[in-house]
Parts: sequence; structure tokens; C-alpha cells
Amino acid sequence: MARFTINGHAVSVDVDGDTPLLWVIRDDIGLTGTKFGCGIGMCGTCTVHVGGRATRSCITPVSAIEGAEVTTIEGLDPAGEHPVQKAWQALQVPQCGYCQSGQIMQAVAFLKDFPSPADQDIDAVMSGNLCRCMTYLRIRAAIKQAAAALRGGPTT
Amino acid sequence: MTSPRFSSEGAHPFTRREFLITMLGVGVAFGFSGIAVNAADPVATNRKLPAAGVPQFEPTLWFSMDRDGIVTVNIIRAEMGQHVGTALARILADELEADWDKIRIAHVDTDPKWGVMVTGGSWSVWQSWPVFSRAGAAGRITLIEEGARLLGVPASACIARSSAVVAGNRSISYGDIVKRGKLDRRYTPEELQALPVKPASERRLVGQAVVALDVPEKTNGTARYGIDAKVADMVYARPKIPPTRYGSKVKKFDDSRARKVKGYIQSIVLEDPSGTVPGWVMVIAASYPAAIRAADLVAVDWTPGPAATVSEKDLQDHALQLIARPDSGVLLDTGGGDAAAAFRAAKSTLEQTYTTATVLHFQLEPVNALAFEKDGIFEIHTGNQWQSLILPTLAKALGRPQTSIVMRSYRLGGGFGRRLNGDYAVPAVLAAKALHRPVKMVLTRSDDSRFDSVRSPSVQTLRMAFGDDGRVMAMEHAAAAGWPTLIAPFFMPKGQGGAPYDPFAISGANHWYEVGVHKVRAISNDLANSTFRPGWLRSVGPGWTNWAVESFIDEAAHHSNTDPVAFRLKLLTGQGRNAGSAPNSVGGAHRQAEVVRRAAARAGWGAPLPPDTGLGLASSFGQERDMPTWLACAARVRVDRKTGGITVEKLTIVVDAGTIVDPESARAQVEGGALWGLSMALYEGTEFENGQVRDTNLNTYTPLRIGDVPDMDISFVDSIEVPVGLGEPATTVVGPAIGNAIFAAVGVRLRHIPITPEAVRLGISKKA
Repeated sequence: MARFTINGHAVSVDVDGDTPLLWVIRDDIGLTGTKFGCGIGMCGTCTVHVGGRATRSCITPVSAIEGAEVTTIEGLDPAGEHPVQKAWQALQVPQCGYCQSGQIMQAVAFLKDFPSPADQDIDAVMSGNLCRCMTYLRIRAAIKQAAAALRGGPTT
Repeated sequence: MTSPRFSSEGAHPFTRREFLITMLGVGVAFGFSGIAVNAADPVATNRKLPAAGVPQFEPTLWFSMDRDGIVTVNIIRAEMGQHVGTALARILADELEADWDKIRIAHVDTDPKWGVMVTGGSWSVWQSWPVFSRAGAAGRITLIEEGARLLGVPASACIARSSAVVAGNRSISYGDIVKRGKLDRRYTPEELQALPVKPASERRLVGQAVVALDVPEKTNGTARYGIDAKVADMVYARPKIPPTRYGSKVKKFDDSRARKVKGYIQSIVLEDPSGTVPGWVMVIAASYPAAIRAADLVAVDWTPGPAATVSEKDLQDHALQLIARPDSGVLLDTGGGDAAAAFRAAKSTLEQTYTTATVLHFQLEPVNALAFEKDGIFEIHTGNQWQSLILPTLAKALGRPQTSIVMRSYRLGGGFGRRLNGDYAVPAVLAAKALHRPVKMVLTRSDDSRFDSVRSPSVQTLRMAFGDDGRVMAMEHAAAAGWPTLIAPFFMPKGQGGAPYDPFAISGANHWYEVGVHKVRAISNDLANSTFRPGWLRSVGPGWTNWAVESFIDEAAHHSNTDPVAFRLKLLTGQGRNAGSAPNSVGGAHRQAEVVRRAAARAGWGAPLPPDTGLGLASSFGQERDMPTWLACAARVRVDRKTGGITVEKLTIVVDAGTIVDPESARAQVEGGALWGLSMALYEGTEFENGQVRDTNLNTYTPLRIGDVPDMDISFVDSIEVPVGLGEPATTVVGPAIGNAIFAAVGVRLRHIPITPEAVRLGISKKA
């Protein structure tokens, strides 16, 4: 039995402790916004927050997050209007969209550490997230736009 | 067309021309449909289903309008990142004079009434434009006539605007016309085809900025992909992929270790009457992680097929041998003439051979399908690009008629051509049939790579004959690769002598340069075809033919001591068979010359550059001579002589795709297509080793990442010509532009992609 909090709700799920968190979220809890890509933590499409930190759920055994607070794309903002999501919409970042939950979750965590990111910071951190449609130009631009919005100042 | 309905059953031999007529022929019944009969749609965007029994205006198959004036546009194309529903709905809504906020889109399930369902070839906007324009126009004309009657004025006194019919200061909304009117006008296909569409100056939506309808759902986790499909009582399956794509037989399997996995149910050997997945074992479990684990523990003993000893070098050596045999392959009709005589008479000649490596699709959502039988219908829930191609195979696999099979549409977590080949639906239906219960099959990433229908490795030899003053007298191009379209032979045109060839493995070689006698030979690499399933991968043939053509043209320019841009412009005469024709290629090679000039100017062609930095240019007509998308790319690269490392500093791309429907999505397709080209030029590629691809996951397969993205300057030529394709063309120009830039920077010519630092270092050391 695994117990943790997801998007503010306490859950207990009857799975083996070594089950990857990804499948618990998708199949047991039924939140399918978090995606399966490579299964080895190298594409980032399964990224969620555990205790606020970006975490690759496909290689995280559910036992490792016992009691933790997990946030998925569905829990980021009740209306889907987190500043990062709004920037993603305004700049029309998604193409197929499959990796974008992971990109957004990674970007949100990243902006907590780098509120005014330079291109090199963005490249260094976001290089862990593959986008096969190659929406990278827009990811960069959207992160900067979201950063400005989060800082509350004018867009720089 | 006499039949108002076109059945997509079977593999109909049709050309694109016939396909267009087919689509036009479908929507002939005008008037009230009575009750909306659209299939249930799991991926409808903002879809509001009309209440049963409520009359609505459904003048063609392609859209309906309810009593609130809400328009639902039916989209037969797969949504895989192009925002195709938005573009197509904009075309229709513009002619309909409907308010954009009243438009909804519905991605429909398979039904014979839709005709052929395929999403590929960068065709969607080009093919649907005439159909959707006239569907919208027919709706507008009908609504004006009925609106005028309700207003008591002549139709000639009315215009349609913003979802209303207006006569002076009086107006009636479309919704009210649907509520109160009698919309029973009928159009014959001929009338429909003759309907006037608006002049470009009257367009209000086409060409204007819009946020694509599918963007919000792709930022909040609610977009539903095939992998998200779910039904009660389903079990999960992961396959054991056999050692060879073809000819593997299961001798026995041992699942004793798998039985210790909690949730493991059983393993079954698939019996496949369609021959799609020979030698497959499906490992069934109550959850997917259990299926993953159990499959790792099931030991299968196979007799492999003959490809078990075939590696990349064997494939490429075989291609070279085929090219060396003058009688191999099929000659395209490229204007005739005696090439041999031209080469005999030549003052000088040039010959070079170019190669490309095997490439994986690596679409981020691994292939998957959910299959089950319900109420006598076999349902397949999956994302797919070519339903009409796989349905006959599914019928054969299941031993039941196509009429009792339906494919339900989902978003695609990347298409790139992988899901044109619906082979992955077959094992899911076979397992569901065998187990009498819903089966959801998902491939792991490694499974997906091993089962991919990869971009074939290729070998191409090009020759050019020069006369006095370096004038080009003749050009020969022989291209050998696996042919993806062998499984869709109705799509293969005939070359000289009536032999069919795969246009998707040679298009691009039949370019628009004036080269005197032009001889193009398409060669099927039979060893490739029997080793793996050649796939259609973003831009398909032009992805390798243009690597060869545009590298070779650059070499030819240097051979004749001519600036590569000036050399191209000299050959882009726009005369004879390169003059172009209405409607699709008006202007011909003159338009290619224009994008070459613009790209060169924007990139600063001819200006001095820092040491070891070079500018290279390449151009193409995109996918096919039938629907050319003219584009040119200038790449600025810096070469590190010590490491051989290549830094692409900037890509300057100019595109003439005719009318642009949705500007932001068009730009996004060029961004993505160009970066795919860059990725395949420098970062990704694999090789066959003993019948299997060597690289199956991101630990060794290394597509382009965000830090590798250069500056990009993308611009479009303003045009009101026919809208052509944008999904693929940009892929074709980046590789050769980079190769040419490396030559400009350090004088080293690379003739294989992906280009590695080792190859650059080797080239530099050879020169020194």
C-alpha cells in the first residue's frame, strides 16, 4: 500500500512499492496528463513535482515518495492558467503536445530556482526534456515570458 | 463520379486527382439531415453534440450548423501537432462567412462515408482547400437565399457576414435561419465544383493570426492520446518482439519466471492471418508495469528469419551493387534525351556518391492500441495517420468484414509518418480476439524502436556532364533505398517501360533545375525491404534525395568555378518542363529562384565571415513536383578544427508555400521540420546490426535537444497561389545547407549523414 498526496488529495493505492510512480498516477489514480516516453528518465515527458521538485516519475518507485506531496499537470492550477501555462498558450508552444505536460512541469520548477533565466540556464535545465516536434524556440520564449509574468514586472 | 458515396474499403487505386474528385463527390446531398449522425468522438475539440432529434443544417458531409448557429466541422485528418483541424476549419468558415467563435471541430472515426482517410505527404491543406472552400461557399449561398426569403428581400440585396445574412440595415442570424428556414437546396457535384469562391481580397480568416483550437488542452493535461484510452475490464499487453521483422517463428516459450510477477496473466503466441506480426508473443497482465516486468522474464525461443545476419553495411553494399548495374531500377519520365551521348561528348564530368543512415521515428508516444469487440463491432482506439490503409489488413487479421470494424480517433503523440503504417493495431486486435476481452497493448520505448518502420538507409550516385564554358549538358541520379510504398502499390506511378516505382523514395531527384538530359533511376533495395519495414519518415524520399541533389549541385558549382548561388540561379531557368503549370506550380522554377535569392540576401551571402565559419545554401521544391513548396535555407556553421565539432549558428529559411492559411502553425511546421533536418544531419541516426536497429532508447539514440537549436530566421513569400504543404518541406534543405557550409568553412566535403565530428576531423586531416 502506497500513501501520498496528489494535487492536494491524500491517496492510498494498493500496489507494490517498486511500481513506478508514473503508472500509479496514470492507471491507478487515472490522471493521464503525465505521459510515458522513454521509461529511463531521459525524455522528461513523465515529469511531475514531488515536494515541489521536478521528478521523473517513470523511474521513481512509488515507495520512494511515501507521504510526499505530488503535483501533476492537472494540479498545477485549478483553471489551467498558471503563468507558465498561459505563456505556453499565448506563444502556441505545443505541436503534438505529448511532451508538454513534462515541459511545463519542468519549467515551473526551473523558474523557482531561476526567476530571471538566461538562455544558457534554460538550455542547461530544459535539455533533459525532449520535444520530438522540436518546439524548442517557443519553449525558450515562453519560459522568458512566464518568468516576466511571475516576477510581476514588465516583459524584459 | 456518379456515386455520392465513396467507400474506402480495400486498397483503391486512386491518384490524388481522383482523390480530390472523390472528396468533392461526397457532399452532394444538401439540406436538412434531420438528426446529426456523427460518430462518437473522443477527441472532439470544444464539441457540443446536438440534442438527438433536433434538426440542423448539414449541407455537406463536412460540416453541420445547429439552431444556435454553432458550426461543427468534420475533420478526417489526424491531429499530430499541425493544428490541422484549425487550418481546415478556417478555410471552411471563411467561405461560410461564419464567426470564428461559433466554430467547433470534430476529428471523426472511420466510416466509409468519409472516403479515404490519410494524413501525410503534407497534403492536408492542399487537398482539403478546394473541398472545404466550396463546402463553405455552398453553405453561405444556401443561407443567403433562405435568409433573403425570410427577410422578404431578393438574395441579390443580401450579403453574408459574421454568421448573419444582411440586407441594408436588416439582418437575420444563421442560427435563426436554421430555426425558421427551409434549407432544402440541392447541388450536383458539377454545381458544387463550379461554385464561386471568394477572391483573396475578401478573405477574413485565412491568413490571419489565430490561436489553434487544440492548444489549450495540450497545456493542461486534458488532450487524449491513444495511450490514454481505457475501457472496463481491459487487460494490458506488451509484446515480445522477435529477432527479425519477417520470418521469425516461435519454437517455444517459457513463462515460469514471469508467473512470479504480481498481475501477470498469461502469454500467447499470435496467429496472424494478415502476416503483419510474424513470431509475436503477447505478454498479458492486469497492469502495464506488470506486463513490462513479466515480458522481461518470458523467454522465447525463436527460429529467426533470414535477416538475422543482415547489418547496415550489407544493406549499403547491396545498394551500391544495384546502382552499378545499369539495368536495375525504374527510369522516371524526366524529358527524355540521350544521356550516354551527352556524357561521351562532355568536356568534363563529375560523379559523387552520397549516403544516409537509418533513422528512427522516435515519436514520443510509443505505438499502442486498445482493441475490443462490442455489439458486433470490433473497435480499435488508437492514433493513426492512414486508417484506409490498415483497415483491410485488420479485416484480414480478424477474418471479418471491414464494415464491422471501426477505428476511433485520438490525438497522436507524434506522427512523423510512423503512424501512416498502422501495423501496431494488428497485434492488439489479434490478442483481443484470442482472449475475448479488451486488450490494451503498449510498446515500451525499446519495443517501439525495434518495431519501427525506419527511414531506410540510402545510397545515391549522381553524375553531371559539362560542355563548353562549364555549361551543364546532362545529369544522372540513381537512388537505392528500401521502398515504403510497396505495401500501398496503388500509390505507385509507372515509370518508363510501365514499371511501378515508389515516388516516396525518389521524389526530389526529379528537380526543377535545367540540366540538359536528365536521367533519374529509382532503385528498390530488396535486401532492405526484406530486412525491415521501410517507413515514411517526415519528408520521406526528399529527406535523402535532396541531401544528394543539393550537395552535388554545390560540388558542381565549385567544379565549374561558379558561386553556388549564381550556379543555382543559372539552372533555375523556369523554361520548358520547369515552367510550372496551373493551378499547383504556377511560376515553376522562377519561384524556386526567388526563394534562393531571398535566402541568400537575408543571410548575407558573400559577406566576409570569421575564420572556420561558412555559409552554405540549399534549396528544394519540398515533396513533389505535383505540389511544390519552394524553399531555400542558408546555414551558417562554425567548425572546430581540433574536435571536428560543428556549431550551427543560424538557419535562414525562406518559404513560398502559396497561400498561408494559419500563419503561426505554418511557421511552427517550418521550425519543426527544419530542426528535424538539423537533427538528422548532425545528431541522430542508427544502424542495423544483425537484423535489428542498434539504438533503441535515448541512452544511445540522441536527437536534437534545446541547447542545439540555432538562431532561426524564417520568412514566407506573400502569395495568393494554391496553398501547398508545410509539414515536411523544411526537413529537406537543412542537411545539405550544413554540408555545403562546412565545405565553405574548411574545404571538407562530407557525403554521409549524420555528419560526425570524427568524419570532419578525418576530412581536415586528409586535406592537411
